Amino acid sequence: MNFETTIGLEVHIELKTNSKMYSPSPVNYGAEPNTNTNVIDWGYPGTLPTLNKGAYTLGMMVATALHADIARDTHFDRKNYFYPDNPKAYQITQYEQPLGKDGYIEVQVDGHTKKIGIAELHVEEDAGKNTHGSDGYSYVDLNRQGTALIEIVSKPDMSTPEEAYAYLETLRQIVQFTGASDVKMEEGSMRVDTNISVRPIGAKQYGIKSELKNLNSFNHVRLGLAYEIKRQSQLLIAGETIRPETRRFDEKTGETFLMRVKTGADDYRYFPEPDLPPLHIGDDWLQTVQDNLPEMPAKRRARYVDQLGLPEYDAGVLTNTKEMSDFFEAAVADGAAPKQVSNWLMGEVNAYLNDQQIDLQETALTPAHLAQMINLIKDGVISSKIAKKVFQEIIQNDTDPKAWVEAKGMVQLSDPAKLTPIITGILDDNQQSIDDFKNGKDRAVGFLVGKIMKETRGQANPKVVNDLLMAELNKR
Amino acid sequence: MIDKTQVQHVAELSKLAFSDAELEQLTEQLADIMKMTDELNKVDTTGVPVTTHVNNLQNIVREDVAQAGTDRDILMKNAPDSADGLLKVPAIMDKEEA
Repeated sequence: MNFETTIGLEVHIELKTNSKMYSPSPVNYGAEPNTNTNVIDWGYPGTLPTLNKGAYTLGMMVATALHADIARDTHFDRKNYFYPDNPKAYQITQYEQPLGKDGYIEVQVDGHTKKIGIAELHVEEDAGKNTHGSDGYSYVDLNRQGTALIEIVSKPDMSTPEEAYAYLETLRQIVQFTGASDVKMEEGSMRVDTNISVRPIGAKQYGIKSELKNLNSFNHVRLGLAYEIKRQSQLLIAGETIRPETRRFDEKTGETFLMRVKTGADDYRYFPEPDLPPLHIGDDWLQTVQDNLPEMPAKRRARYVDQLGLPEYDAGVLTNTKEMSDFFEAAVADGAAPKQVSNWLMGEVNAYLNDQQIDLQETALTPAHLAQMINLIKDGVISSKIAKKVFQEIIQNDTDPKAWVEAKGMVQLSDPAKLTPIITGILDDNQQSIDDFKNGKDRAVGFLVGKIMKETRGQANPKVVNDLLMAELNKR
Repeated sequence: MIDKTQVQHVAELSKLAFSDAELEQLTEQLADIMKMTDELNKVDTTGVPVTTHVNNLQNIVREDVAQAGTDRDILMKNAPDSADGLLKVPAIMDKEEA
């Protein structure tokens, strides 16, 4: 029996806001427990929520970037559930009329482009954090309660774990470029739930799906899905039926195990949120969002290849994050050759970031300094060997490269008026090498260059030295 | 028709407990209410948009500006129990909510 797989992904993304979705209490991390909350977050009687316009605007930017249709008239809905991480006992979300519908993203898998549909995306609020104590109690911090989220629901358009992986990578990149979120799985600002089912090829209905939890990286998503395909196919081959289950991914074994069997649909008793009036998105608001949407990575990649002459590979690496891409463009704008900037960013800069485990903006490097350093190499002021030292300096300290190499005496000696006397002096002392050269022994040139370099303590510009030396040799 | 099981289910969702006699009574009352909604459902509402709110407000929003939270000690005054600035509640079963 051959099977086909159907995968749908639900992604929650924390929006980068100053205040919460429905209350003005602050959003920042690492605050003392329960200090970033107010009476609205705690659901105190008599309080009223108010919509954060900035958060909704960020949601609209994401929707626009994902080619979704934005609902011009919408309202909020109340989703009721009882859990201590949310003292209101309901979440304010958008159920009937989500912020956006019918979007798509294009992903690259095995050299092919595939369009994956976005069913809908809506804004909602996050819940607090529970810590389960060993003393029979749970401890709740409500700082996260009310933080603005956007939930992005894909269509069940993916059929392999690789496609799911590519979808998540591309989605992360697009959202990151909108500036709406940091989208970091490791910090919880991006969370993924997966639905997966398997059915015999040609079957009319989808198979019974299972849901995976505890997926802390894109790679876990890929591994968890691959395991589920195997597990569900084997059950079907054995003639067993698949139950609707929520399963947990175990990163140690790469397997999934049962958390609970789903019995009946969840009963959230949605109804229109009475505390928030309906929302109308006027032309002006929508236009502002469209005007302020940054250029998306796919478009940037095309521009880097077509206009700046970069290889596809470089364009892909540089657009992995908006920070890197913006940095690249700023350095190019400062007059450095695009391919040189790309080489430094992909090589030395990325190596430094990986080594230090930090982000580009946490270093002291500026686009202007990188551009200046690249042009110092181009103009022969410093050698590429010296450039590595300069680079270490400018990425660690906010140092002007030109002033630094001058102060440190690292400037290359390129002036013929200074180099020629040194060269002729060395030639005068080494008649044997001149004779060897005349007899066709090219090794003699290397020997003479070595002497010149030693004399100039390695600061002579090799290319200039070579040109001058050949000219002087031919004169003799 | 509303039956006792459904009333029981709604009561559980609402964390309410009723005696058998109360359940009987509530089932009867809820059934009457549902009968009335059946009546309302007979009205032809073709082409009428769904009413979600009855006041005429729209777009009540605020700018994304943070204000300091409420003093934690004040908030905790109505909490059943707390420890180290955290709310202390009976252990939660492993039931994950999104």
